[in-house]
Amino acid sequence: MNIQNEDFKNIPGWGMDIDPDNEPTYPIKNYTGDDHKRSNYEKAEQQPLNIELLKSNERPQNSVVFGTSVPPTGLSGMIRRYAFRHSEDRYRHWIPLIMADRINAWEGIIEDLKKGTIPDIAKERGWRSEFRHNPAGMIAKAAVMLTIGSLVVRHLFKKK
Amino acid sequence: MLAMNYRGPYRVRTVQRPMPEILHPEDAIVRVTRTCICGSDLHLYHGMVPDTRVGSTFGHEFTGIIEEVGPLVTNVKVGDHVLVPFNIACGKCNFCKQGLYGNCHESNTMATAVGGIFGYSHTAGGFDGGQAEYVRVPYANIGPTVIPPDMDPDDAVLLTDVVPTGYQAAEMGGIKEGDTVVVFGAGPIGIMAARCAWFFGASRVIIIDHIDYRLEFAKNYAKCEAYNFKSMKDPVVFLKKITDWYGADVCIDCVGCEAEGNLLQTFTGKVTLMQAGAATALQWAINSVKKGGIVSVVGVYGPPFNYVPIGNILNKGITLRANQASVKRLLPRLIEHVQSGRLDPKGLITHRIPLEEIAEGYRIFSSKLDECIKTVIIPSTKP
Ligand SMILES: [Zn+2]
Ligand SMILES: [Zn+2]
Repeated sequence: MNIQNEDFKNIPGWGMDIDPDNEPTYPIKNYTGDDHKRSNYEKAEQQPLNIELLKSNERPQNSVVFGTSVPPTGLSGMIRRYAFRHSEDRYRHWIPLIMADRINAWEGIIEDLKKGTIPDIAKERGWRSEFRHNPAGMIAKAAVMLTIGSLVVRHLFKKK
Repeated sequence: MLAMNYRGPYRVRTVQRPMPEILHPEDAIVRVTRTCICGSDLHLYHGMVPDTRVGSTFGHEFTGIIEEVGPLVTNVKVGDHVLVPFNIACGKCNFCKQGLYGNCHESNTMATAVGGIFGYSHTAGGFDGGQAEYVRVPYANIGPTVIPPDMDPDDAVLLTDVVPTGYQAAEMGGIKEGDTVVVFGAGPIGIMAARCAWFFGASRVIIIDHIDYRLEFAKNYAKCEAYNFKSMKDPVVFLKKITDWYGADVCIDCVGCEAEGNLLQTFTGKVTLMQAGAATALQWAINSVKKGGIVSVVGVYGPPFNYVPIGNILNKGITLRANQASVKRLLPRLIEHVQSGRLDPKGLITHRIPLEEIAEGYRIFSSKLDECIKTVIIPSTKP
């Protein structure tokens, strides 16, 4: 809603110093004067909505087109639905989304296993290229992982 | 069809996915001929962009052949070889009408700060990207641009993002004749920004990075001065010193949230995630520009919060300009630059990788292996 109030125009001096050439974003933005019309412009017809879409609560309607890449599912989807109850201004929006992303990665592995495929993590991480072009770094990384691993194992066995 | 598929941080693979379909009368389906891995894809690959869902396909830089069009598509036809700008723009909203195609209001339901971008998480609209054999292109009357017949397709694919983003970074700097311009980051965008700074009349262009092979490349490609900040005690003091203790006229941040070089930024931004990545480059840009200077930002900073020296923006009277590039607005001029030979985008390409091997492509670029600057992915679909 655009509140119309013409009274300000009676304020002495109103508008005297308007400088239409002082457009700080010129020439990036081609100023048309239409900005004040807000969202009142001709739109294309709406893309039909036949998937679950999460909408920013900072806008009243869905955008005319939208992506249908991956609708929310599972636990990560539940967290994402919660996140979208809060605006982009809130940590309550972004932090849950980042959490959901981490959980989603595990859901992906579980889904793979359910389908009977074991994800080839070395291949997915492109370790072949790392080994070919950075063998020293790769070996150092592996050594660190091995050391930490063996320390953890030793610690666990000591406890028993 | 074959498509790149995100599985979680640092994990991608190629899988068979269903063919994309026309979902809106202004859609087109494009058979991808070339696509790239962009520096900003790495933010997704590293898991730093919120709402990057497992199963999505990345890729916002691509060219391809129009395979199918919706009933309202009139500007392109089946068989056209097009380059597709990374922004999805309706052409009708007030932002599009003002040339702000990177700020379209009708292409992203999931967020209002950023417009729709192909393959760039659900924060940018949840569209599948071009690192695939086929891709759905909404608003096909606005974005896709027929590649001029005399243009090398390798040049064309870089006109979808790298060239316009680098060019707009320089443009937003408001560079005047004789200005000294400092570019932070010698990735493909930084190199292009440095190259384009000359178009606006700079008399001195300096690029700063921490990887020697990238600096060497930048020096040759952009004909600029190149310095490694790892060899400096203090980059801001260094930049002041080489600009008569005055500061640069224009500083351009082409790094974004994964910057190196500042312990406190790294700790708060990358180790503890107390802020969305390290804003080192932006901090250096603000602190090494002259008083009354201009800082132009095209580096990607994720939500929700960054520690930037905002007080200094006031104290120094800085004009800070930042945006996603409005590719469509810039294309006519940039096509001229390429056709006349003034600009050689394909000169940035160092690697060519088949779509099946995309995981290696991401690893090589992410770990800065094999002197990689820019990777082109070629889907092997038969014509
Ligand atoms: Zn890009
Ligand atoms: Zn628009």
